Amino acid sequence: MSSTQYDQRPGLAPQAPSSRGRESQEMIPGPVIELERVSVCLGGRSILQEVSFSISPGEFIAVLGPNGAGKSTLLKVLLGLVRPSAGSVRLFGQAPRRGNQLIGYAPQHRTLEGALSLRARDLVGFGLDGHRWGPGWFVSGGRRRQATIEEALAEVDARQLADMPVAHLSGGEQQRLLIAQALLSQPRLLLLDEPLSNLDISHEQEIIALIARLCRTRGMTVLLVSHDVNPLLPVIDRVLYLARGHAAIGKPEQVITSATLSALYGAPVEVVEALGRLFVVGVDI
Amino acid sequence: MNIGTLWQHEFIQNAFLAGGCVAIAAALIGYFLVLRAQTFAGEALTDIGFTGATGAALLGLSPLPGMMILSLLAAFIIGLLGERLRGRDIEIGMVLSFALGLGVLFLSLYASSSGSHASAGIGLLFGSILSVSREDVWLSLAGALGCSLALLILYRPLLFASIDPEVAAARGVPVRLLSVLFLLLLALATAISVLVIGVLLVFALLVAPAAAAGRLSSSPASALLLAVLLGVGCTWGGLLIAFLGPGQHLPASFCIATLATCCYAGASLIAHVRQRRAPRLPAQPAHPCKGRRAAV
Repeated sequence: MSSTQYDQRPGLAPQAPSSRGRESQEMIPGPVIELERVSVCLGGRSILQEVSFSISPGEFIAVLGPNGAGKSTLLKVLLGLVRPSAGSVRLFGQAPRRGNQLIGYAPQHRTLEGALSLRARDLVGFGLDGHRWGPGWFVSGGRRRQATIEEALAEVDARQLADMPVAHLSGGEQQRLLIAQALLSQPRLLLLDEPLSNLDISHEQEIIALIARLCRTRGMTVLLVSHDVNPLLPVIDRVLYLARGHAAIGKPEQVITSATLSALYGAPVEVVEALGRLFVVGVDI
Repeated sequence: MNIGTLWQHEFIQNAFLAGGCVAIAAALIGYFLVLRAQTFAGEALTDIGFTGATGAALLGLSPLPGMMILSLLAAFIIGLLGERLRGRDIEIGMVLSFALGLGVLFLSLYASSSGSHASAGIGLLFGSILSVSREDVWLSLAGALGCSLALLILYRPLLFASIDPEVAAARGVPVRLLSVLFLLLLALATAISVLVIGVLLVFALLVAPAAAAGRLSSSPASALLLAVLLGVGCTWGGLLIAFLGPGQHLPASFCIATLATCCYAGASLIAHVRQRRAPRLPAQPAHPCKGRRAAV
């Protein structure tokens, strides 16, 4: 069974994914991400089955689906941390590999116990040179390095947090730091795993506005995993919905419908619009 | 005795030199150990080292090589078994108790075969810094240099992998390899620490200075430096108290362990007071939270 593609886009002739003007992407030919009949098995369990889709430069994609549908696994496939059991994955026309500088990644929020005794600038600085060998002469010095880090912090409105110990920061502030860290290698693709969990509504809106702005100004492709599409609806181009190992991709109004999701879940699902929000009911999500 | 006459004895010179080297290596490794929440694994490695040392004694060899071989082997196996040791307390505890039991067996076999050498076990368990030879000084110097050099090379990726293994792996840092390498360094550092402070008190040099420094400083480089200073300070301070202090024969390891504990307690107190005084956010957040501000 293959994944369903709505509004399929020709791979080699990128067109503006939405009406918002984006000139920068015209320079990059071909899709940023291309999956063809990709299957993933982890510990004998089938996570993804013959999933195919392609994503163009500069698109803002929300990755949705119930728990255990393989959303995080999909990101790990793109990062080269999980090898698919079948199918082909192309990122910028190449096979995925670890340490790809074109990708920025912020995993699901967890308490980084070790980081609690670090300053924000130390944590963010890992994005710049944390993978390099040698002491970097204990890396705190270097005016250019500090300027780069402060720039990244400013981009996520967290410059004033630079010298704060990470332990003193809230969940939303730590989320900002992880995004700043992911931005330091100047990535062309940003993978964010549940950046909105553990945030209250006002911080949720701030982070979404921040990511949308980065996506627009840098022409960066963004894949954002979330359990709720509603706060994202005004800013995303398409949604990638995963369920039972299958995927459906397309505009929200095409994918988040009773018919499409029922086919995806293999069970009757009702999409209800109420109070200007979408609710998926009838299955355990 | 005063300090001038103290330094004329070779065994006292040896104690200070070996103690200094060991304190430096232990503090450096200890910083990462605390960061990685693997202190229990550190304890287990020293206990396994004890078994190696008693086994070597049984075979008529010097205890240090035996200790190093067995704890390096154990470090290698632990490193291969799990990427992170977090939450593996039960497995480590089982191995630890088995190893210590085996060590006791070797010790009793050794004592019954050579007679009246049960004190060798006491020396290993609680340290025997007064019987450190010039050869041991060179050995601990080599160990300390090796640890420092290795940590210098591994510094950035090890720090990254210790704090955020997930992102580090995505950025191409060989997290599993670093985990094994770090445990090997830990085995080396604990093996030479046992010379000074013994198996049971190795925490005093490995964990206390590093944990205290982590409380007082929030930048990794300054915390490492502070850990080294505290470690050397505790060791030399402990030795001075043991040699010059009242009542003559206070055991050196007791003095060192006491100073280290005071060090950590003091650092915790200072950190606590600082935290209560410091505002949670800078005075002028460029990015105010509307709800909170309205309430103020």
